Amino acid sequence: MIKFQNISRIYSKNHIGSVTKIALDNVSFEINKEEFVSIVGKSGAGKTTLLRLLLAEEKPTKGRVFFDGQDVHKIAKSKIFQLRRRIGTVFQDYKLLPTKTAYENIAYVMEVMGYSDEEIARDVAEVLKIVGLSDKSNNFPAELSGGEKQRIAIARALIHRPDVIFADEPTGNLDPYHTSEIIKLLLNINNFGTIVILATHNREIVNKLKRRVITLENGMLIRDEEKGRFVL
Amino acid sequence: MIASFKKVIKTGWLNFVRNSGISIATCFIIGMTLFLMTSLLVMKDITNYLINLVQEKVDISIYFREDAAEQEILNLKDQIVKIPEVKDVVYVSKAEALDKFVERYKDDSVVMESLAEVGNPLRPSLNVKAWQANQYEAVITFIDGSSSKDLIEKVDYYERKPVIDRIFKTTTMMNALGITMSLILAMVAVLVSFNQVRLAIYNSREEIGIQRLVGASNWFIRGPFLAEGAMSGIFASVATTIVFSIILLILSPRFDVILSGFSISGVFFAKFWPLFFIQMLIGVGLGVFSSIIAIRKYLEV
Repeated sequence: MIKFQNISRIYSKNHIGSVTKIALDNVSFEINKEEFVSIVGKSGAGKTTLLRLLLAEEKPTKGRVFFDGQDVHKIAKSKIFQLRRRIGTVFQDYKLLPTKTAYENIAYVMEVMGYSDEEIARDVAEVLKIVGLSDKSNNFPAELSGGEKQRIAIARALIHRPDVIFADEPTGNLDPYHTSEIIKLLLNINNFGTIVILATHNREIVNKLKRRVITLENGMLIRDEEKGRFVL
Repeated sequence: MIASFKKVIKTGWLNFVRNSGISIATCFIIGMTLFLMTSLLVMKDITNYLINLVQEKVDISIYFREDAAEQEILNLKDQIVKIPEVKDVVYVSKAEALDKFVERYKDDSVVMESLAEVGNPLRPSLNVKAWQANQYEAVITFIDGSSSKDLIEKVDYYERKPVIDRIFKTTTMMNALGITMSLILAMVAVLVSFNQVRLAIYNSREEIGIQRLVGASNWFIRGPFLAEGAMSGIFASVATTIVFSIILLILSPRFDVILSGFSISGVFFAKFWPLFFIQMLIGVGLGVFSSIIAIRKYLEV
């Protein structure tokens, strides 16, 4: 379903001067349907870069990324939304729409896809209940705590039942109770056939999951194990 | 289709209300642009009126010999009226000319005494008005070639020519200057409006990026911004029309005294609906067009 083929991503210049940073170095792996994959590594190991490449937000310096057999970087800019609708993303920095309420943020994805108002009202209320934020539905992101924003971001990522959920540090700001609730939720979604990609540096979660683990270090893939553990 | 159109309008309205500070600023700037344009239109009417007033005063007189028969003069008048360049011809008989002269100098005893001695020294004449200054030449050519040429004692065109030319040159220049200034001002105003809309959208650049990342199509993102731009245009044109009407109602009586026979508010209210729709069209066009241009850059994510 998802294939990273000899991917390298080198940031050659920033606006201050020429600093070369290798974010990913010849990384290759495939993710099949119904898989639950954890991608682990220290900060800066290249986890978020993988997400950006998958969403075609960035282009790789070398290599190709395939989604359902299609090279994502060959899709026209005006058509890229079709790919993105199939991937529910929990961004590390949440990326909630600041001028929309929690409810509207989640509803937006369904509006984009053309769901009816009734369907939107029903599903958003349901998912808000699941993430435990029914009472915050009318709050704007600026009025929510870090953990609450994170849960809204998770709700937004799964509301439209995408083929893939890519969660980039989805539990970074959550207390242990909510962390385990969210992981349970992701496992549940995975049971229905959705691919879940979990980028994290939470050792405890990864070890408890006993699922596939891909380990990145300095942009290189150093380990890919079927029932892996967090080893760094 | 209709449902998504309604959604776009609703979202646009929500954004308009939630960003009320920026929305009001945008309305204000577009409103100023419309106000300026309307003022320029009304000013153009006033200038046209004044230019006409000056041009009205220009004419030439054809003086006839004392022995010219009235019927012959009237025949010539009929021929001159038929020249396409001629706007109007008035016959002034010997007696009428005297009446006018007496009316003007009745308080000047010296003139009146001399007049009593010489009788009526004045000649019958035709006053000719052309549509434009350069058309008098055609009238003169016609008279020179006419069979009644012998009846004519003098045409005062040649003495007046420099003055006539200067008046028409000045008024033409004023007209051109007015149009140029209006165009420049209108352009500046449009650029300022465009910049304001750009700034408003610049504020939302991050949001546009997020919308792209969660799978919104370009039109789904653009729609509410265009609706917002259109709303700014509508509010701006309504507000401008109200403010302009009030100002005119207050100021018009004072101006009407100066411009006798010309009513600014009359001109404005006669064209009220067309002006209002033009304003709305320009306002909405400005808002929508600026939004389309400004948003393009942020849809690259």
